[in-house]
Amino acid sequence: MKAKHQRLTLALLALVALVGAGLLGAYALQDQASYFYTPSDIVEKKPEAGTAIRLGGMVEEGSIERSADGVTVHFIVQDGTARQKVTYTGITPDLFVEGSGVVADGRLDGQGLFVAETLLAKHDENYIPRELEGIDMTSSEHKTETLVQ
Amino acid sequence: MIAETGLIALWLAAALALLQFALGAIGLRAGRQEYFAAIRSVTVAQGVFVTLSFLLLIWLFLRSDMSVRLVVMNSASVKPFIYKFSGTWGNHEGSMLLWVTVMGLAGAFIAMFERSLKQKTLVATLAAQAFISLGFYAFLLISSNPFERMFPVPADGQGLNPLLQDPGLAFHPPTLYFGYVGLSVAFSFAVGAMITRDVGAAFAKAMRPWVLGAWIFLTLGITAGSYWAYYELGWGGWWFWDPVENAALMPWLAATALLHSVTVLATRDGLRAWTLMLAVVAFSMSMIGTFLVRSGILTSVHAFAVDPERGSFILALLAIYIGGAMALFALRVGTVKEGSRFELVSREGALVANNLLLSVILGLVFIGTLYPLLVEAVTGEKLSVGPPYFNLATGPLALMLVAVMAAGPLLRWRRDNPKALLNRISIPILITAAALFALALFTTGMSVLALLGLALAIGVGVASFAPLWKRNLRRTPLHTYGMVIAHFGIAVALAGMACESSFTEEKLVAAKPGDEIAVNDWTLKFDAIEPVAGPNWTALEARITAQYGDGALHQINPQNRMFPAAQTQTSEAALLTRWNGQLYVVLGDGDSQGRWQVRVWWKPFVTWIWYGGILVALGGFLAMIGRLRRSYKQRKQREYAEAIV
Repeated sequence: MKAKHQRLTLALLALVALVGAGLLGAYALQDQASYFYTPSDIVEKKPEAGTAIRLGGMVEEGSIERSADGVTVHFIVQDGTARQKVTYTGITPDLFVEGSGVVADGRLDGQGLFVAETLLAKHDENYIPRELEGIDMTSSEHKTETLVQ
Repeated sequence: MIAETGLIALWLAAALALLQFALGAIGLRAGRQEYFAAIRSVTVAQGVFVTLSFLLLIWLFLRSDMSVRLVVMNSASVKPFIYKFSGTWGNHEGSMLLWVTVMGLAGAFIAMFERSLKQKTLVATLAAQAFISLGFYAFLLISSNPFERMFPVPADGQGLNPLLQDPGLAFHPPTLYFGYVGLSVAFSFAVGAMITRDVGAAFAKAMRPWVLGAWIFLTLGITAGSYWAYYELGWGGWWFWDPVENAALMPWLAATALLHSVTVLATRDGLRAWTLMLAVVAFSMSMIGTFLVRSGILTSVHAFAVDPERGSFILALLAIYIGGAMALFALRVGTVKEGSRFELVSREGALVANNLLLSVILGLVFIGTLYPLLVEAVTGEKLSVGPPYFNLATGPLALMLVAVMAAGPLLRWRRDNPKALLNRISIPILITAAALFALALFTTGMSVLALLGLALAIGVGVASFAPLWKRNLRRTPLHTYGMVIAHFGIAVALAGMACESSFTEEKLVAAKPGDEIAVNDWTLKFDAIEPVAGPNWTALEARITAQYGDGALHQINPQNRMFPAAQTQTSEAALLTRWNGQLYVVLGDGDSQGRWQVRVWWKPFVTWIWYGGILVALGGFLAMIGRLRRSYKQRKQREYAEAIV
């Protein structure tokens, strides 16, 4: 094979690989980029049942219910405007309490219930799941601030 | 006085780095011998002073000097000794000082021991090294002084984040930093060679041990980090595609590609420009990794301080280094002569395929990691890219890469016959096909990716030993053994990953003391729950007796720990390792009826993931020893020949 041809083949191969990767990445991203949802996002652009998504918001006061089997917990995640029912079977994180931030990976089932597979709570005052920054942590506080302004 | 001495040593080291850079730059321009001699001593002196500064910081931590702000923020006098020690780099300032210390030591090492490189290239390399260090010195001295005093002196410190109070901390960050810094050395070599237009086999041979060394440390660091996350977080997972993990994975991918292309350059004098490019990319990735982890752009246990000034500082450094290197590359790439040629079906061809695949995977991880940050910066919208994207995008490519890995070492350099290759690799192909068939027939519920992965791992495990086939094993060079073991390690790790994802069994129950839990062939008897106390924590501990089949009884005790100093709880999983897998038990909360949540996983062959990682690192180590020994012998022979003449 001549040198020019060889270079051309290599360059073409590289190009094909890059374009392929770009397409693959774009395809995967398009599918998954809107991976993070707040309860209002779920109302607005309802993701299909069974698609893996990440839900973030605050655990509503008084919403945590533990079922009789001792390992399943039901609660409501809210972001000030919308509410989403969640069920989780597993050990809840140490700082999973009402009124604090939570990020859950899971899927919506056919009835619109969010079935969480993993649950991430706010670790301590220094750690807030990145997606929750800016969501009003305690809605009442937020309101007073707005009033003052 | 210790703190002040440390700060003075740090300033001196910074001044020496400036001198080192100036000597290199002026010396190269003027071509003066005496400058070249001086730069070596200055480099060594810089290494000595920065090490002194770091040792003094360790000392401050060990004696819990509460007049130093950094110690107050990150340590407490009742903390166990090892965490006082490792707490030195369990924070932002200390870890930056560790980085620049390792860099200073690496520079001193090159100055003292590097003999095979042309003198001018060596000087340019040391100057480039000093230039990188200077940025970090500026960063430390201007915005993150580790020796800052605190008034009034508090009674005690605030303690270390409980998640970081683990022997893993003593090991994990330094290994990753050695890796990052090793890549910075490779980068300096590339810059040196570009400046003096000296890109060739000799340069590749001088650079290779550094690339190998960096790669070994990165491999170990990632393996250790993965195992640490696995047992410390108590989630039973070993890789989460967390941006912080990707920050370490991306330099590793680039270093792996560089490692293979530098071999082509050293052996066949091919892929010159590409290898230079990869050296630049590998270092850029380690800088981006540092930026992601240290800037506070991501929140995790790794982001010690969320301080926009620091983030901007690292971003500026990043822009200067990468931009500078890319500009130099663009200017000089025209003068890099084309290396020697090769056919597509050849060892070089396979290594090019390896490089392409690795680069593409790197690109995909890079996009997935930075895309959410970019979108947020531009539109303010928050989104996450998670495991679904990364697994889908990189999984198939990784499997292709493993297939290439099996075939590549069986090809000849320059040109080979495709039929001959097929002949050589027919047995592994048959084994893979048989494994695929058997797995598809006898297992249920395996995902396509895991099925292919496991079958491929079995075939590649065999194929990785093929390069030793029909060879005189005693005369086979050590670096060939290194390659075989590293490739075998990849197959082992892949098998572990596929088994873990396919065959894990899990049970979650609320159990009363006295209850039994059955998972796979395991029977766990929940005996009691008792309070226990450690040096700086108290805990509730479950006493569980585990039995595999009707084998021996094992006592395992998962805990829930409370750290009063930080008001944090952590869950300490209990692990029981057998040859064929690991039992993983986590204790959850108790309820009003006296029941406790217990989560049990049986993970067949999960340990292979980390054994594989260790094998890969071991292979790299053997290859490095083999290469170093060979180049030492060759130099001695040359010197001997010169002495005779």
